[in-house]
Amino acid sequence: MIWLTWRQFRVQAVVTAAILAVFGVLLLVTGPSLGGVYRTSGFAACHSGCAQLAGNFLAQIGVPHYHLVYLFGAVLIIVLPAIIGLFWGAPLLARELEAGTFRLAWNQSVTRERWLAVKLGVLGLASMAAAGLLSLILGWWASPIDRAAGLGSVGGYENRFFPVVFGTRGIAPLGYAAFAFVLGVLIGLLIRRTVPAMAVTLGLIAAVQIAFPLVVRPHLITPVRHSITITASAIQGMGVSGPGPDAQLRTVFAGTVNTPGAWVYSDATVTASGSPDLGTVPAACQNIGPNGSFQPCQQALAARNFQQQLVYQPASRYWTFQALEFGIYLTVAIVLAWASFWLLRRRLS
Amino acid sequence: MTALHASGLGKRYRQRWALSDCSLQIPAGRVAGLVGPNGAGKSTLLNLAVGLLAPDAGTVTVLDGQPGSGPAQLAKVGFVAQDTPVYAGLSVADHLRLGGHLNPGWDAAYAQRRIEHLSLDPAQKAGKLSGGQKAQLALTLALAKRPRLLILDEPVASLDPLARREFLSDLMAAVAEHEVSVILSSHLVSDLERVCDYLVVLAASRVQIAGDVDALIASHHRLIGPRRDPATLPSDQLVIQGSHTDRQSTLIVQTRHPVLDPAWTVEQLNLEDLVLAYMSQAANGHDRARPVLEVQR
Repeated sequence: MIWLTWRQFRVQAVVTAAILAVFGVLLLVTGPSLGGVYRTSGFAACHSGCAQLAGNFLAQIGVPHYHLVYLFGAVLIIVLPAIIGLFWGAPLLARELEAGTFRLAWNQSVTRERWLAVKLGVLGLASMAAAGLLSLILGWWASPIDRAAGLGSVGGYENRFFPVVFGTRGIAPLGYAAFAFVLGVLIGLLIRRTVPAMAVTLGLIAAVQIAFPLVVRPHLITPVRHSITITASAIQGMGVSGPGPDAQLRTVFAGTVNTPGAWVYSDATVTASGSPDLGTVPAACQNIGPNGSFQPCQQALAARNFQQQLVYQPASRYWTFQALEFGIYLTVAIVLAWASFWLLRRRLS
Repeated sequence: MTALHASGLGKRYRQRWALSDCSLQIPAGRVAGLVGPNGAGKSTLLNLAVGLLAPDAGTVTVLDGQPGSGPAQLAKVGFVAQDTPVYAGLSVADHLRLGGHLNPGWDAAYAQRRIEHLSLDPAQKAGKLSGGQKAQLALTLALAKRPRLLILDEPVASLDPLARREFLSDLMAAVAEHEVSVILSSHLVSDLERVCDYLVVLAASRVQIAGDVDALIASHHRLIGPRRDPATLPSDQLVIQGSHTDRQSTLIVQTRHPVLDPAWTVEQLNLEDLVLAYMSQAANGHDRARPVLEVQR
């Protein structure tokens, strides 16, 4: 059975391995020079208060050749589950059903349940291995960038909680790959024709991959709410709705709460009671000339007891999020696999 | 031991019953032909017998086991499906390897011999084989797993007359060599006439008649004589088909006893006449309540 699985799968395996190999070589070639910049920028040796060095480092590697590899790697890992679902998963049963060869395959001395179990097991593990390998080498290559971007994103290099980065690092891609593969198998079993099954699989994978980071991921763990009272000396400026005495106060700039590597949901100025309606701009803050003092305005703003409210996930929760996401996708994959077995026994009858 | 035992077997696709109330007992050690028009339920019955379909009514056992119930049952039954599916992308040799890996009882030497005898190129992709060669490859796979029962679903339907003849005589040689029971379906009686010693007529999703070929021939007669109402026939003569002109009646009857009425000219039926009589009876839809008769030798 393992021989048959390999024999029917070897074209896809070779193509996928070739893509991984090309990408691996690309990373191995560019990795050492990236590491060189990391060391010469001084950021590698820095252990605290490194935001400035991190920014410098990111600015130095802002040249296309690193940024393109960075983006290419992210795109590859994002596309990999779709490739696996389309070319490994969807044809697995659909092609057998379409060509009628299931009648040949399931009349050898191997039950169709075992046939499916071996195929799902071997190819499911292979898809997770492919995704894991890709995630591992990209994670290694981009580790200096991810460390720097955690201190502040510069030039298109983003914090590792940023959806595109989050989904292309760590163990989450393994979950995506397993899910996409089993989804393809199930869709193929339901639709029974290869090309339509591939199209539907692609649509569903794309929908899930877009919806999950937007709708599900932010609610997996209750975010931390952190409020500090804005003091006069901290106020650096304000945002208003427009000119004139009736202008509404929108926000008060009072520096940022230092949360390196955090996933910030919102960072807003609210009143002492928590309302975002800050009222009108104080008189002291209107018509401050070029030579006027900002101090009366600062005091007038501070007198209103505004709070700076930060809603965020601390950087320390990164791996919890990774594990949760991996677990959710893997669980869904197992449920879909179970459904495939159930349908194989029931619906084909 | 029965090769196939169905009782009240039925299979429904949405609203339509493809096979209904099928009760049938095919003894082992026979080459049984399953004949009927297209859409009569032949494929449905055979797919039920190998466990690719599950019944919606009744039961079916094959060699005393539940079809497709486990590796042991699968190993006992060789199946050549309709249109003899093979993997287009795999070579002939790959198919033999597949058979070897998936069947504990695989007879590699026999498979190899057969492929050589058929002069199939082991390196050739199965997708490039002719229809006859594909059928032969599928048959080789089914035989080399050393089954006790071989089920073939319209194996020659897509073959030209020469390939048909070759395939069937080749099948018979293999059957004689291995002493397997065979159930073979076709919509053409001429395919079955040469090879079968047991016949099942399936039409309008029901079994019309089943029995030993010689006994069927011996118990059916064509009666030609002066016009007569079939209802006035002796009670042991069952009319399968009748046609009447102004003066003459031609009846096909089934009876276990000799026809003694001197008014009739009695003719022997050949198998094709017999099958056609049952098929047209089913097509005309009369006498649906007639119990299915099983003719024993």
